This record gives sequence, structure tokens and C-alpha cells, in this order.
Amino acid sequence: MKPKIPNLLLILAVIATFAASLLAQSKDMTAVYAIRNAKIVTVTGATIEKGTVIIRDGKIADVGANVSVPSNAKVIDATGLSVYPGLIDSNTVLGLNEVASVDMTIDTTELGDFKPNMKALTAVNPHSEHIPVARMNGVTTVLTCPQGGIISGQCALINADGWTPQQMAVKGSAAMALNYPVLGFGGRGGGFFAIQAGGVNDAQRQQRDRQVEALKKKIEDAQAYLKAKEAVAADKSLPARPVDLGLEAMIPVIKGEVPIRVSANKANDIKAAVELASQYKLKIVINGGEDAIKVAALLKEKNVPVILSAVLELPDSEDAPYDQAYSRAAELHKAGVKFAFSSQGIQFIRTLPYNAGTAAAFGLPKEEALKAVTIYPAQIFGADKLVGSIEAGKIANLIITDGDPLELRTKVKHMFINGKQTDLTNKHSRLNDKFKDRP
Amino acid sequence: MKTYRFISLAVLLCTLSLVALAQSNETLIRNATIMTASHGTITNGSILIRDGKIVAVDKADKVKASSNAKVMDATGMYVTPGFIDSHSHTALDSINEGSLSVTAMVRMRDMVDNTNINIYRQLAGGMTLIHQLHGSANAIGGQNNLIKLKWGKSVEEMLIADAPRTIKFALGENPKRRGNPTLPSQSARFPATRMGVEETIREAFTQGREYIKQWDDYEAAKKRGEDVLPPRKDLKLEAMADVLRGKIDIHSHCYRADEIVMLARLCEEFGIKVHTFQHVLEGYKVAPEIKAHGANASILPDWWAYKMEAYDAIPFNAAIMHRRGIVVSIHSDDNEAARRFYQEAGKMMKYGDLSEEEALRLVTLNPAIQLRLDKRVGSIDVGKDADLVIFNGHPFSVYSRPETTMIEGEIYFDRKQDLEMREKIAKEKKDLIEREKRMPGQVQPTLPQPPTIPTEDDLDTHLHGKRNRN
Repeated sequence: MKPKIPNLLLILAVIATFAASLLAQSKDMTAVYAIRNAKIVTVTGATIEKGTVIIRDGKIADVGANVSVPSNAKVIDATGLSVYPGLIDSNTVLGLNEVASVDMTIDTTELGDFKPNMKALTAVNPHSEHIPVARMNGVTTVLTCPQGGIISGQCALINADGWTPQQMAVKGSAAMALNYPVLGFGGRGGGFFAIQAGGVNDAQRQQRDRQVEALKKKIEDAQAYLKAKEAVAADKSLPARPVDLGLEAMIPVIKGEVPIRVSANKANDIKAAVELASQYKLKIVINGGEDAIKVAALLKEKNVPVILSAVLELPDSEDAPYDQAYSRAAELHKAGVKFAFSSQGIQFIRTLPYNAGTAAAFGLPKEEALKAVTIYPAQIFGADKLVGSIEAGKIANLIITDGDPLELRTKVKHMFINGKQTDLTNKHSRLNDKFKDRP
Repeated sequence: MKTYRFISLAVLLCTLSLVALAQSNETLIRNATIMTASHGTITNGSILIRDGKIVAVDKADKVKASSNAKVMDATGMYVTPGFIDSHSHTALDSINEGSLSVTAMVRMRDMVDNTNINIYRQLAGGMTLIHQLHGSANAIGGQNNLIKLKWGKSVEEMLIADAPRTIKFALGENPKRRGNPTLPSQSARFPATRMGVEETIREAFTQGREYIKQWDDYEAAKKRGEDVLPPRKDLKLEAMADVLRGKIDIHSHCYRADEIVMLARLCEEFGIKVHTFQHVLEGYKVAPEIKAHGANASILPDWWAYKMEAYDAIPFNAAIMHRRGIVVSIHSDDNEAARRFYQEAGKMMKYGDLSEEEALRLVTLNPAIQLRLDKRVGSIDVGKDADLVIFNGHPFSVYSRPETTMIEGEIYFDRKQDLEMREKIAKEKKDLIEREKRMPGQVQPTLPQPPTIPTEDDLDTHLHGKRNRN
């Protein structure tokens, strides 16, 4: 009987430890932070040369030059440092792709042409090694997107931190990914295959037209489905329709609550996609947009924003200017089209700021480059009340740096996601620590 | 096809005239911030160039030019040495002879396409010299080539006189991929494992050693006055023999720590060295072993996870190996990254806290050392080739861009000229299309994209996932 007492003690100790860790965790979520003496680049308001940001309950509670610091606040003295909103990457597969060449580690592309009920958020692995690496240079938030087919599924706007996908979600369904059907193989209006076939042929045209028709039919089906559903809701005497999960998922799109995010690069495809959205009164965002400048007037008139494919890209043809991709953003800015930057993948999320910076080296005003990785993507995905700038009431996603975050040499010193001080170590820093002084 | 060829010819001719203008015996670049890559940074400095060589570099007031020298005022500008890419597949018609596991006889020298537009695009990013490598489809690939990016010149003029001979080896996933075919229609090629890769190379070394002996025996017999038949000439073994004689440098594609050490040991067994490990993503794990062997490291800066053997790649690789005393360079292996070596170098000041000059050397002096060309290029020093880049701001600032690139004192890229040329080219393109449309009985021309020639090692381009679009 004697051993019972130590056992009981052990159990009590375990419970106490567990409770303490729970308490610590919840404490962290509700901790109050004061970042003092920092240069604060709010993005949407004036820059404060020396000020304070207060973080409480995961939100930005206050920001200004003369803000009183609560007595219970953990103080971070940021003298000589700058505070910026966390950067946003507008097209990635973060959490969906671990090792690009190993199929079993990839969850981007479901079978079939129309799969609007596929949700990227479902497949996001919160413990992917890519997530802490993506944070390295200041990205706190990304759009992560399903791929393939004509309607690929729902993109999620997620924070790059959290124990579960749900904790990561800023907006679980931020956009419906759609690939505008293009001529021939691949996304480039024919390309290599068009040459082999001696130019774009009728069969390719017909195939494209069939795909566009199928897309339109899907939208019309969804409209009809919604109409029927509303009719049944209003009049119980009508027979209930069977649930169609695909069409059900299209309802927020049909209602204009969630934008379609259409991948299109050629001018004709962009134009056709914008016309399609107008025809069915859908909200639209263009993804890729290599030729966007050629249809800039239409984009401006219809207020259609563009998620630019990576700036650090080759020109799209042999006789295009060498800086075509570098200067695309500057041209769109001049033409009055709203845009955001993206790294278009996974391994280069940490180079997102240098895409924006390079666009500034080729004519884009620096402030615009910063906005296109902060407040513009927040606006484009309807999350500008939540993220994208340093304003009281927003989610406390921010970075404390030793300089301009778009600069190559700048280091991120602290990061907050959801008001929680985020671990800046990652797989790469751990391997560095392990091997740098190896005997 | 015809149309864009014609347009590139037009670009070429315009560039030629530009080059002609710039040709003058003496050029003075005045009042620049000069980042020499060898002896620090000179503010308010000048560089005097004569007959393509640097003849003076110093504070502006100490450099005197002759009265007819062409003067380029670079006030507020930065000058760096031209960048050197120690691992490129640019401007090659094909890069992989993958039918056999040892193809030491093929030469990239025979594949150079001097009209490839990527030459010009890379010049616009400050690149002046590239090491054109065979691909990594097999354990021992072909012999590599070195060119300067003299856009508009013939292949012969681009070649570097007395350039060292180098050969491509490859370890890991790529050379064993053909041993594990993915389609039933494909037949398997040995090897399929890292074990087989080692033995493939050991076999080639062994054959090469026997080949040397056959010829030595023959020469000895001839000397003794015996009437003997010469051994059969074998171009593959000629190359392997020269590798064993130390006349051809081994540049080996590799990823994992184990295979890096394997090749070092294998070469030591045959009394030779790996000259430079290429990619060498896990080099940081075995930096002491690489240093002890005496090899250089030419790396991808911050790419990772595009395939399994790249899952442990870290951006601190350059700094770790550098601090162990290894000569490290950054390479592109990619037509896009090759356009902004200044950014790739700049990032290394953050990843591992390299100094400004250490970072700059990763893309200038260090690759020059690895290619045995550091007596001629790689830094801004008297006597070296005037291969220079002029930037509108600090080259490691993301907001800066190259304005002018020169090779041996001749201007091959100038942004102002480029901007002026664009209108002309656009007009010419329009005219050509109109003219062709007006031709009776002609089918309307289509303007297709040129076929994309794989520039990365075999399947790697797809596997990197960088250009995957959705």
C-alpha cells in the first residue's frame, strides 16, 4: 500500500504541470505587450518616428507617439528598430506542399475539372517545416491555394502560425481558385505545342470553347441551385432539392461574397475572364496577369485587382524587354490598376519582399511596393478590417525590424502573429546551430 | 521562328553599333564608389581602362587619363567587378547526353548558341563570364565550357583563351533517376542507387588508369625500337585519362553530405581531387571534410525542398563553409537567378553575417578562383580585364539596378541605350508583321513562343517548382 502516496503525488504533479502549461499558453494569448521607442510604419496612416504599439488579446489595442503603457505590459524596447505590419503573400501553396518532387507530400490538386467544395484550409499542415521558414523575412500571412482543373477550390488566407488550421485562418474561404481555359497546352496560349502543331488549330479552339461553356454552365447551375434553394426556404410546400456539395460551395461566389481568383496571363484570357465575371455579376481577382497592362483600361474601369506573378521572373518572349517582369508593377500603378505581389509557390515565400523591392528598383514608388505586400492584398481578399496595417482593432500581426523589410540585408528581430510573440527559429536556423561549429 | 530570329538580329546589330561607339583606346570611369572585391571599397574613385585592361584604380584625384580618353562620369554610382557564374546552362543547344552513365567525350564547347537572348538578359544583370556545364543526367557527364558574354560576337570571340578544362560529374537523385524509370516503356539504365553511382565512377577511373598504362607501355616499347601497334584511341578514355592526370578539373553536382564525402574519398583513392563541389547543399554538414580534401564549393544560395535531397538545404551554407576556409561561390543554374547576382550576394550579409566584401566575392573573385581565372578577372585590380558593372546605387540594395555592363572595356549593356532601342524594335516588329500580312497568297504568320530549352539539370526545372503556375 505504501507506494500509493508517491503515485498520488506524481499524479498531482503531472496535473499541476499540465495546468501550469495551459495557464502559460492562455497567458500568452492574453498577454499585453508594449513595443516602445519604435519607428512605426503604419502603412495606412502617417509614419510615427518614435512611438508605441500596445498589443492586447491578440489585437492592436493602441498605436501612437504618446500612448500610455499599461502596468502589466511586457515591454519591448525597440529603440533604433522599426515596426511594420506583417507582410502578406498573395499566392502560395503553404502547408499544402512539403517536398516538391515527392507526390505523397503534396495536397494541392484534387481530381476533376470542377471541385469548388475543395478547401485548401483542410489540407494545410500547421506543422510543415515551410511555415517557420516562410516567416524568416517578415511574411506573417499568405493566401494558400488549391490548383488544377478549371475550378480548383477555395483559397484560404492564413496566418503563418497556429496549432490547428482553424487557428491559422484569417479567412478560411478568401477566394475561389479558377483557371481560365486557355488555348492549347499549358497556360501560355499555345507555346511549344502550338509550334509543333503549326500554330493554334481548330481542335484546340474548340476544346477551349467547350471548357468555357462548361464553366458558364457550372455558374448557371449554381445560380439555379441557389434560386431553388431560396424558393424552398420561402415556401415549405415546394419539394426539397437534394444537396449538391459542389454547387453549395458556389453560393458565396454567386452572391458576390467571395471573389473568383482567376489565373490568366494573356490579354484575351484576362479580358474574357473579366467579361465572364460581369455577365454573372461575380467579384473577380486576376492571378498571374502577365499581360494585364494591355487590358489596364478595362481592369481599372471594372475595378479588378491583379495578383502579379513573381517579379523575379524571365520575360515571356524572346523579344520582350529584359525588365518586363521587373517593371510590370510600375506600369500597372501608372495605369491605376490595383495589384499585390506574390511568390507563386512555397520555397520562395521568404523572398516575397525582394519581389516588391525589385519592382521599386524599376519604377514603382517604394510606398506602393510596401502597400502591395500589406494593405492591398488585405483589401483584395476582404480582410482589410483584420490585417494589412498597424491600426487599433486589427489583428496584431506585425514585425520589428532593423530597417526597411523590402531590403535584402534587413533582419526581422521580433514577430507577432495574432498578438503572440512568434518563434523566429526554424529548420534552417536549427541546422545552422547544429553544424556551424561541428568538430 | 523567322520573325523573332530577325528581331534578335536587329537587337544584335544595334548592340554592335553601341559597341563600336564605345571603342576607344582609353576609358575613364570617374567619381564612383568602387567595390573592388579584393582590397575594399574606394569612395570618390576612378578606374582607367586601356586596351580592355584596368591600368589604374584609385582615388579620383590620383588617376590621370590622356586627353582623348573617353570619360564616363559615375558620380553617385557604384562599380563592381563583372559577375561570374560558376554553374550555368545558358546559351547551350543541349546539355544532357544521358544515354550512357559515362559520357566524358562530349563537349559543351560544341553546343554554344551565341544568339541566345539569355546572354543579353544576364548582361543586363551584370553577368560577364559563365561556366557552361553539362547536365546531371549521368554520373560522369561531358566537358564544360567557359565564355564571356560578348553579345553580338562570334562563339570564337566569346571563348576564353587558355581556359582551364573542366568536366561535370553528378551524384545523387539525378544520375540514378534513369535507373528507376517512371514509365513502363522506359528501360532502366545503371545505376539506380548511390552505391551504383560510386561504382560507375570507380569503373571509369579504373578504365582511365588502364588506358594511360596502355599508352605508356606503347610509348616505352616504341622508344625501345619495337615495332608495336598503338592502342585504339578512345575519346571517352582520353578525357578520363586527363582527369586522372589532373589536366581536367572535376566539377561535381552533389547534394547530400554522404555523397560529398564519398566522391572525395574515391578521388583520393586515385590520387586526384574534386576541384569544386557544385550545388553542394549539405556542404555545411561536412565542411571540415571538404576543407581537408581541398575542394571548392559552388552553391545555390537559398533554394530548398524542391526535392528530397534538397530538404536540408539552408541559406547559411555559404557562411558556414566560408568560415571553414573553403572558397565559396554562388551560382545560378538558372537563367532567371543569373540576372541578379547582386541580390543573391546581398542576401548573404543577412544569412550568416558575411561582410560586404565577403558577400561580393561570392559572385566575383571566388568563382574566378574556382575557374582558375583569378589572375585575369574577378576583382577591380590593375592588370585585370576591365569586366565591370556600374550600378545606380549600392548593389546590395534591392532598390538598385545595373546601368552599364562592360567586358574588356567594351560596353555590352547600357540601360539608356536599351530603352531607346525598344521603340525601334517595337516599330520594326509591327512593320514586319504588316508586311507579311500584305503578302499575297501567304498564310498569316503566327508568332509562337520559342520552344523552351531546358536550362536546369534534366528534370530539375520542373522539380524546383519555382515556375509552376496554376
